[in-house]
Amino acid sequence: MLLPFLWMISTSLKNQGATMVFPPQFIPDHATFQNYKDVTEAFPMLHFLGNSLLVAVLTTLGQLLLCSMAAYAFARMQFWGRDKLFLLYLATMMVPAQVTMIPQFILMKNFGWLDTYQALIVPGLFSVFGTFLLRQAFLSIPKELEEAAFMDGANHFSIFWRVIMPLSKPTLATLGIFSFMQSWNNYLWPLIVINDKSFATLPLGLSLLQGRWETNWNMMMAGVVISVLPILAVYLFAQKYFIQGMTMSGMKE
Amino acid sequence: MVGMTKKKTAFWIAVFLLPNLIGFLTFIVFPLLSSLAISFTNWDLISTMEFVGIDNYKQLMADKEFWAAFAHTITFIIGYLPLVMIFGLACALLLNRKVKLRAFFRAAYFLPVVTSWVAVSLVWKWLFNPSYGLINYFLSFVGIEGLNWLQDESLAMPAIIITSVWKDIGFVMVLFLGGLQNISTSYYEAADIDGANSWKKFWNITLPLLTPTTFFVTIISLINSFQVFDQVMIMTEGGPGGATNVLVQNIYNHAFRYFEMGYASAMSWILFIVIFVITLIQMKMQKRWAD
Repeated sequence: MLLPFLWMISTSLKNQGATMVFPPQFIPDHATFQNYKDVTEAFPMLHFLGNSLLVAVLTTLGQLLLCSMAAYAFARMQFWGRDKLFLLYLATMMVPAQVTMIPQFILMKNFGWLDTYQALIVPGLFSVFGTFLLRQAFLSIPKELEEAAFMDGANHFSIFWRVIMPLSKPTLATLGIFSFMQSWNNYLWPLIVINDKSFATLPLGLSLLQGRWETNWNMMMAGVVISVLPILAVYLFAQKYFIQGMTMSGMKE
Repeated sequence: MVGMTKKKTAFWIAVFLLPNLIGFLTFIVFPLLSSLAISFTNWDLISTMEFVGIDNYKQLMADKEFWAAFAHTITFIIGYLPLVMIFGLACALLLNRKVKLRAFFRAAYFLPVVTSWVAVSLVWKWLFNPSYGLINYFLSFVGIEGLNWLQDESLAMPAIIITSVWKDIGFVMVLFLGGLQNISTSYYEAADIDGANSWKKFWNITLPLLTPTTFFVTIISLINSFQVFDQVMIMTEGGPGGATNVLVQNIYNHAFRYFEMGYASAMSWILFIVIFVITLIQMKMQKRWAD
């Protein structure tokens, strides 16, 4: 399982001549970090990294806020048509992304958002899955807690912010990590809405790297390592939430 | 709510719900409906939209390229699904025991899952390199030489399948681990008293009790694999000679390379219908297990 990763790292430390040796060397004779230097200097790898960070962080924070607010309304408030509306939300969950991607692209074009950060962030903020997941979490919090707070004169916002949100931290963490990973790894959407390299995120940037240096595998692998390290760090740090997120995303129906 | 006027309550509902609802309607419901509408037009993004009825769907039915893409997707699934299920289950069984370095192995199997498809595809493209790739190097030990993986029409799809299985084993494993943990140990204890060996225990206890999980994992993997794209786009772009042109690659080409928005939308609705049917089957079957 780990061999491809080790081979990736090994290649990223080779000079170009050493990648074209048969039989292949696992431990390069002259290990060098030159590729990392080259790929960040001759190619805007660090800029892509920044774009990915910006997009993933904003998408995640925005999604957490918007999903939890709507989830609060769905779980904790009474209004006409609430359950039917929520059913509509649920029904859209089985629609594959490829169905909405064409009109979403046209929408971005009409908004004048092609080649902007908005195009990368805004459509990703509205996660039905996230709304669903948080609603489930909020429903499990006992009603008595908020009734007591209402008696003390608290309004919905302070109940939401001081009672419901703190009690839902594990679910929020799971959703947050999960949407960060999705945003970080997303390729198809940036491929569609971004033409201008300066807005490319890492996956798109890597694919551009491929177009530019088809044969410089050492440079490519250095680029891949740069793109993998941040998400790997987040993963090792929050393994539990990653796995929960993946499991729950599988169980979203 | 206690002590609140109706007007105030309406205000709070609006505050909490509207931002999400507006986005939901704009970026999910509206695109969904317009995608259906566009599928009945011959829009190319530039000239005016013309209503063509079900022409796109009729044309699709006779479109050899579309059916080839369908067939390639099925080929992918037939190769991918059994392998990922078997390896995923095997890993889950191994790691469900108290083996040494369990945490390390779990992390190792899950590592590809958190890595982007683009990164994984590039690494495997390099592994499949015909001249200096590691895979041909290993194969040379058993006398197989010079396979031109991604440029060979009969090997490109297997290469994509191998890559995909490797990436998803960890995901399937985690779902199976969840299922295994739901099986009560008392069954195994009873079997131990009867003197059953581990193979018999697996065959008569684990596998039958794991059926709902297995079914569920199959459905999820099936839905995901109908949408296979990233690895194909990076490794072969649907080539060589269209040999790996899968459904979503075909939709992408028609929409964003040839700008046939109507035709591509019709294709995406066929994909939707396929996934919808699979989901319906899942719901039906799940009800049966729940009772």
